[in-house]
Amino acid sequence: MAKQLLKLNFEFKAEQPMPIKESLHYGVVGSGDMEVIIEKKDLAGKAKFQVVTPVVGYDQVWEKVLGRFIDESNLGNISVEINDNNATPEVVSIRLRQALAELAAMKA
Amino acid sequence: MNGKKWDTRRTDYLERINAAKPLVKTGKEVAASDVVKLLETVIRPGEKVNLEGNNQKQADFLAECLSKVNKEKVYDLHMVQSALALPVFLEVFEKGIAKKLDFAYSGPMGGKIAEFIDQGKVQLGAIHTYLELFARYFTDLTPKVCMVCAYEGDRFGNLYTGFNTEDTPIQIEATKFSNGIVIAQVNKLYDGVDNKIKRVDIPGDWVDFVIESPKPFYLEPLFTRDPALITDAQILMAMIALKGIYAKYNVQRLNHGIGFYTAAIELLLPTYGKELGLKGKICKHFVLNPHPTLIPAIEDGWVESIHSFGGELGMQKYCQARPDIFFIGPDGTMRSNRAYCQTAGHYAIDMFIGGTLQIDRYGNSTTATATRVAGFGGAPNMGCDSKGRRHITEAWMRCGDEFTAQKSFLGNQRRGKRLVVQMAETFLEKMAPAFVDELDAEKLAKKANLELPPIMVYADDITHIITEEGIASMHMCESLKEREDAIRGVAGYTKIGLEADPKVTGQLRKKGVIQTPEDLGIDRAKANRSLLAAKNVKDLVEISGGLYDPPGKFHNW
Repeated sequence: MAKQLLKLNFEFKAEQPMPIKESLHYGVVGSGDMEVIIEKKDLAGKAKFQVVTPVVGYDQVWEKVLGRFIDESNLGNISVEINDNNATPEVVSIRLRQALAELAAMKA
Repeated sequence: MNGKKWDTRRTDYLERINAAKPLVKTGKEVAASDVVKLLETVIRPGEKVNLEGNNQKQADFLAECLSKVNKEKVYDLHMVQSALALPVFLEVFEKGIAKKLDFAYSGPMGGKIAEFIDQGKVQLGAIHTYLELFARYFTDLTPKVCMVCAYEGDRFGNLYTGFNTEDTPIQIEATKFSNGIVIAQVNKLYDGVDNKIKRVDIPGDWVDFVIESPKPFYLEPLFTRDPALITDAQILMAMIALKGIYAKYNVQRLNHGIGFYTAAIELLLPTYGKELGLKGKICKHFVLNPHPTLIPAIEDGWVESIHSFGGELGMQKYCQARPDIFFIGPDGTMRSNRAYCQTAGHYAIDMFIGGTLQIDRYGNSTTATATRVAGFGGAPNMGCDSKGRRHITEAWMRCGDEFTAQKSFLGNQRRGKRLVVQMAETFLEKMAPAFVDELDAEKLAKKANLELPPIMVYADDITHIITEEGIASMHMCESLKEREDAIRGVAGYTKIGLEADPKVTGQLRKKGVIQTPEDLGIDRAKANRSLLAAKNVKDLVEISGGLYDPPGKFHNW
């Protein structure tokens, strides 16, 4: 439990950033899983991520996974907090997409 | 002719049987306490000995007895056996009673075998597929002595192997008909006159000695997967498989490899499969152990027949109650048979689909790790294109018509092709990438002095690779270069995946060589556990109407 947690920060900007209506919490920090908290925030269209993870050496992979999520979702003006417990990149992608689907459902 | 003797083996056999006579009670019965002596009497140093270790049932009592023989009398044996699943099977090597080994699968003992090879305690002949090893029983690896296990036996030597018949018939046939000696441990011994065994699976004439074992043989529940442990990523890949492959080819006759990917597919049939309108079109005939996770699809009416390699602990009553589906004897109980089932798996199925651990950049796939000599059992026998096949099915023909490289051999002549699908999440546990520059199998080959690295499925047999990124249709590629590009395109964020050129990947998507979930119209966000027809083992029990009786370690409610 004394394991050091890493804090990683990333920033992206979609070409035409889309805002979200409400903030959202999704997922649980189980083993091999993660939770994501997406908050609406005025960031001049940017999407800011803070990732807390015990896994060292995957900064570039995080950047690619999160960058692709923004590319595909076009979300902007959001602050995203991810608390990771050894989720694979695929689990990260799935959780983000599921969170996105929740957001869409909330809109409807 | 010239006085040459043509029946030396028979003479030798009779000598040994006579020497063992004092140990025999009534008929062919030998007391458990006399078995070590019996083995010392009928086995000679250096001989080929078959000890029944299967995927599931294990002749553990006879193995224990063999490990106790006087090694001044019995030594340097050449063990020819399907599986080494228990520590006791390795004791004979530790003690020098056995020296050489030809096998197919070692599961949990794989690490120890690698060590033993390294230390010179095991001389490895070869790692086979089951069917390949069985074939050698009838050529150059015919056992002189064969030790098997059965549920029931009688004093005439008749055996009831029932649900877990597995490899017993073929081992005995090879041994007995070359004047070898057959010894059977049974859970229950009957007199065969007033009290008879349930059914004769092995005729008494083929068995020389029968022993009532002090305890029932060990049975490994190898194919049980708890639905509670299936992840969303596995569910996504199951959706990709169903829509991108099962539906596309109308796969009706198939085998599912062991593991969570195929368990997820089985549990998605009554839900997602039904939604896709696939009921009645796919998954009619299985060669498969009785997977508990197939219960919901069977109950929902998807499956017409299942022939099994072996039994699965806890599924006995369920199979018995579904005689229209499983292969059931006149006594009402199922009979498995690995040799026949593997034959069906080699010749009569349209698709093999299963998980793997590592795939190299060319598409060679293996579950071998750097430190374990585990073998693959039957997987490679099904995970290949059977070149002797001539009968036509829709799936086989369609895959063959798509197989680009075929034209460079056959010209315009058409020929079908087996679908061989390997599934792997791009990152496995502990962030181990599934796509690698060098397979761990290469490291193992160096360490254990193997001439070839153990490849489970070679790249020229694989038709499809499925990851969470989508499907790569390897057989549709025109060159090695294109196959490498296709692999990169589905390898996600692994080092190999990051080498992908997005433009090339885009072209392959246009050609249909790569299909992403989006290309297939699959919503990734819908990949979650609510799609599973059973969410845990308890659900399976309920759906089976209480007929499925899971082993203790899966009974957590």
